[in-house]
Amino acid sequence: MYREARFLPAGESALVVEFGARIDPALNDQVRALDRALAANPIAGVVETVPTYRSLMVHFDPRLLSTAALVERIRSFEAEAPIEEKPPRHWLIPVCYEPPYAEDLSEVAAALGLSAPRVAELHAGATYRVYMYGFAPGYVFLGGLPVELAISRRPQPRPPVPAGSLLIAGGQALIAGISMPTGWYNLGCTPTILFDWKRDPPASIDIGDTVQFEPVEAAQFATLQQAAAQGRTVARQKA
Amino acid sequence: MPGALRILRAGFGATIQDGGRHGQLRYGITPAGPMDWRAFRTANLALGNHAERAAAVEIGVGGIEVFCATTTPIGVAFCGGGFSWRRDGRQVGCAARLILRPGETLTAHPGRHGVFAYLAVSGGLATPVELGSRATHTRSGIGGIDGRMLRDGDLLPLFAGGWPFGEARISAPWLDGDPAPVRVVLGPQDDYFGAAALNAFFGAEFRLTAGDRMAYRLEGPEIAHERGFNIVSDGIALGAIQIAGDRKPLILMADHPPTGGYPKLGHVIRADIGRLAQLRPGETCRFLPVGVEEARAAWLACENAVAATSRHLRPLQSAPHFGGRSP
Repeated sequence: MYREARFLPAGESALVVEFGARIDPALNDQVRALDRALAANPIAGVVETVPTYRSLMVHFDPRLLSTAALVERIRSFEAEAPIEEKPPRHWLIPVCYEPPYAEDLSEVAAALGLSAPRVAELHAGATYRVYMYGFAPGYVFLGGLPVELAISRRPQPRPPVPAGSLLIAGGQALIAGISMPTGWYNLGCTPTILFDWKRDPPASIDIGDTVQFEPVEAAQFATLQQAAAQGRTVARQKA
Repeated sequence: MPGALRILRAGFGATIQDGGRHGQLRYGITPAGPMDWRAFRTANLALGNHAERAAAVEIGVGGIEVFCATTTPIGVAFCGGGFSWRRDGRQVGCAARLILRPGETLTAHPGRHGVFAYLAVSGGLATPVELGSRATHTRSGIGGIDGRMLRDGDLLPLFAGGWPFGEARISAPWLDGDPAPVRVVLGPQDDYFGAAALNAFFGAEFRLTAGDRMAYRLEGPEIAHERGFNIVSDGIALGAIQIAGDRKPLILMADHPPTGGYPKLGHVIRADIGRLAQLRPGETCRFLPVGVEEARAAWLACENAVAATSRHLRPLQSAPHFGGRSP
């Protein structure tokens, strides 16, 4: 099952198990399968794992484990049956694509030669797969952005976007977990609190889940935001 | 609780750190933790604290001035980066364990070398645990005091802790400046660079141009990519040497993001990351490639040496107050 993986050291305390170099659901499935296998068969000395698009990073304590011993243990999983995954969930997430929640929408529309409503329509019309978290707390990386919305990163970062911003750049899409400066473009914002580090677990969405966005009007945003702040879930899950 | 340490003056860059926030990288949460783990652990171990779990103050080039607002004396230890420390105005060296009495002040100023010092207290600081750690990550506002750098007037709560020891000077060799090359394990994307780029990286001197807790930027010969500089994002570990479009090394430090999209030529080994962290802008270093087993052996040797900190304590003669001692 992991026969084709490459084992690449990231110093003496981390190992990259790489299944490929592309953004590809099949590669990401292999990453998640190994992640589950490591969770089900804990190896003494492994501190934590970080699933990404196409590889799993395994952080470990070199006092308890060497790179070679870790590679050998992971190879031994090949013989074992894959661990069943819990079924992925499908999320319907409300998003406002209107001012003041869509700060960069018209800039993106102008750059791509599309109208602003068309950009919103394309973004809201796609189904996204959740590949990984990364960059900053609660930043969810999504695959499935329509090719018409491929725009390169900004040459310089823009001022911080609010938490819940829907960002695009480099042919990728993400949801911002916290307010941070970014080199991406902000198309809209969700009132849903998808990430809160004071919650356990801090993130609602799992890697492997799918996501769709439901446009809401600016007038509705404040109401939904209030509900979310009171702990009510404003994103829906579909079977 | 015996009271608190009050920050009279917080120089830029002072934060609360412990061994770091582990287990949450998969949600994008930065590990944080000390920039120089050797000095951080040394300060804790000099007091008999847990080497990693006890939270301490990390002090940057702005230095610090603290006031002992407790009802009973407390044990403190400081070291790292050759800072100059004073108790009530009297010099107390650059690395020591002291019994600080109520009403006394302790100040630190940068000395001849280094940029990070640590001030540990007996039992550790009692700030809140957030996501399993007291370490501060200022960019995401997690840990420490409200997730920020320390400010004038902050009160640092303490656990009840005794001082079953005398005052001592810490004379540990790993706290001295050391110009030896910084050792690097190649990978995971060393195949994005040709032999000429690798020779340039390991053959020349690099100068630190800018740095913060997230990353150190170095300047030297250009490190050219052979296969472009955009990769599909993968994991980032402490010490990753990222080469972006500007062909300059960016070394990811304690506040590194968990993932990134630039090729990583190699990783600075753990045994040497604290030494790199103590470089000042304008100072230079060289890099030396080593195998992963050699890196592991170096880490274990360094770790064992630091764990034996108690062997490097020399009693101070005129405790608790002694005048005129120079660093």
